[in-house]
Amino acid sequence: MLLEYLAIALLLVVSTLVGLIAIGLGELFGPKIKSKVKDEPYESGMPVIGAGTRRMPVRFYLIAVLFILFDIEVVFFLPWAVAFRQLGLFGMFEMVVFIVILLVGYAYAWKKGALEWE
Amino acid sequence: MPQPQDYQTLLPVIVLAVWACALLLLDSFLIQRKGLTACLAAAGLAITLGLTLSQIGRSSSGFSGMVVLDGFSTFINALQLVSGLLGVALAYAYVKRMGIERGEYYTLLLFSVVGMMLMAQATDLIVVFIALEMLSIPLYVLAAFNRTQAASEEAGLKYFLLGAFSTGFLVYGITLVYGATASTNLSAIFAAASSTSNLLLTIGAALILVGFGFKVAVVPFHMWTPDVYQGAPTAVTGFMSSGAKIAGFAALLRVFATAFPAIAADMTDILWALAAVTMILGNLVAISQTDIKRMLAYSSIAHAGYILMAFVPYGNPAVAPVSIAAGLFYLAAYVITNFGAWGVVIALEQPDGKGLQISDYSGLFWRKRGLAVAMTVFMLSLIGFPPTIGMVGKFYLFRAIIDGGFTGLAIIGVIASLVSAFYYLRVVVNMFMREGEQKIEREFWLDLTWGAAAFLTVAISLAPGWLFYLASAAGLR
Repeated sequence: MLLEYLAIALLLVVSTLVGLIAIGLGELFGPKIKSKVKDEPYESGMPVIGAGTRRMPVRFYLIAVLFILFDIEVVFFLPWAVAFRQLGLFGMFEMVVFIVILLVGYAYAWKKGALEWE
Repeated sequence: MPQPQDYQTLLPVIVLAVWACALLLLDSFLIQRKGLTACLAAAGLAITLGLTLSQIGRSSSGFSGMVVLDGFSTFINALQLVSGLLGVALAYAYVKRMGIERGEYYTLLLFSVVGMMLMAQATDLIVVFIALEMLSIPLYVLAAFNRTQAASEEAGLKYFLLGAFSTGFLVYGITLVYGATASTNLSAIFAAASSTSNLLLTIGAALILVGFGFKVAVVPFHMWTPDVYQGAPTAVTGFMSSGAKIAGFAALLRVFATAFPAIAADMTDILWALAAVTMILGNLVAISQTDIKRMLAYSSIAHAGYILMAFVPYGNPAVAPVSIAAGLFYLAAYVITNFGAWGVVIALEQPDGKGLQISDYSGLFWRKRGLAVAMTVFMLSLIGFPPTIGMVGKFYLFRAIIDGGFTGLAIIGVIASLVSAFYYLRVVVNMFMREGEQKIEREFWLDLTWGAAAFLTVAISLAPGWLFYLASAAGLR
């Protein structure tokens, strides 16, 4: 049974080799010039201003989490809508349960002021 | 199309989930006094406990074999609900004192209990996974509930990151098991396991073991435990150390006993080693602790080792029923004792975080006799000293293990218990033989919790037969 995975193992080896060869050739034959500009994150790009890590308002995080929540909701809606006829009344009922659970969270988030920027 | 029987199988879980959702809304829109939320949460747990007890003796399966109701799940669920109730009782006054009283505390606790109950009923690896997440995510939030304290925040983040990491192991294990057997259903895995190559299945089972090992804090997957137990609010720690352990062991037992008897020969050695290392390391490291919360955290790791010992002969049908019954009995004994000990810790903890050193217990007996005697009972029970329930539990456990032919493991367990006497008795020595002063918090529900736990610890040890009978009846067959 493990023999069936032989192709994948070969692919793993070959792809590793291809990567190593590509990097190795560049390392071997490429010109090497060391300078301060070369060490910058974006060579020939915008000059970097300030530190890479800045403090951000935690509200962005809240908005992002809420967005993901309701985004996933839509993802769940789509297959249900496609298979609506086959699922019938039972599918309808199940979806109502799902939406009610979601609405509980929505009402909670609303009441707690998570939807307001202030 | 689900039948009424499907819903009946899951009835307590559904009731508690609906109750928790309703409580979330009630709390944010109507309830002003958060004490009322606590009472409603306790009422929901009590109603669910009644429903669960009414299901004793019934067995059915539901949702195309995704969940099951049997003696095992009823026993575990009753234990979970009791620990949920004790968790509310511990928290009720504690959150007020620490200035973190919010209704969400109780809602999160309810959701966590829902996940724990589902875990005991799951017979499909996907449901096991969902239940694990349902119980874990509220616990991550609860660990960070005292969010103005850096320690609590750190505990929450650490628990979350390591918990997510361990969930990755679990899912990877499920994937490999699916690859080997083409099913996530436990009985189907069992049926397929005997006819396929077992290497993939063994690796998958080992990875699932790693995932559960994190949850129940088995060495070498215990690193998070001391920091999280210390940083989290003490009431949360008390609930977490019992609830998550019961659920983790319940799922471990269900998955291994139902799906993986075919690879028991390999797994027994792994479980043997894990149990031995956990008992030794947990007890040895606990000796050097000066903080009572960290000490109890290492004690909780050591007890995970004792309980894991009961699972070692899970593939041997002649021994497994007795040893698993002993394990369940020990789990119940640990829950009672553990809640009592955390109750005493809460009684001595001050809002500024003082009163958590073991030296703070000096002279407790001369100020508050009841509290000191109760703490002595809990410490003796954790050692396994008569006349406490811990001694009865260890007796059943070691006897079952020796009957199963694992005398070496039993000897390690006994030596580890002897070592543990040192650090448990140090608390007792401090309380009786040293001078000291402390402020003690008196609150009705807290006093009731540690009082009742101390009473039960002694009382059940005098007549342990009925609990052992229940535990035997709950064994998986």
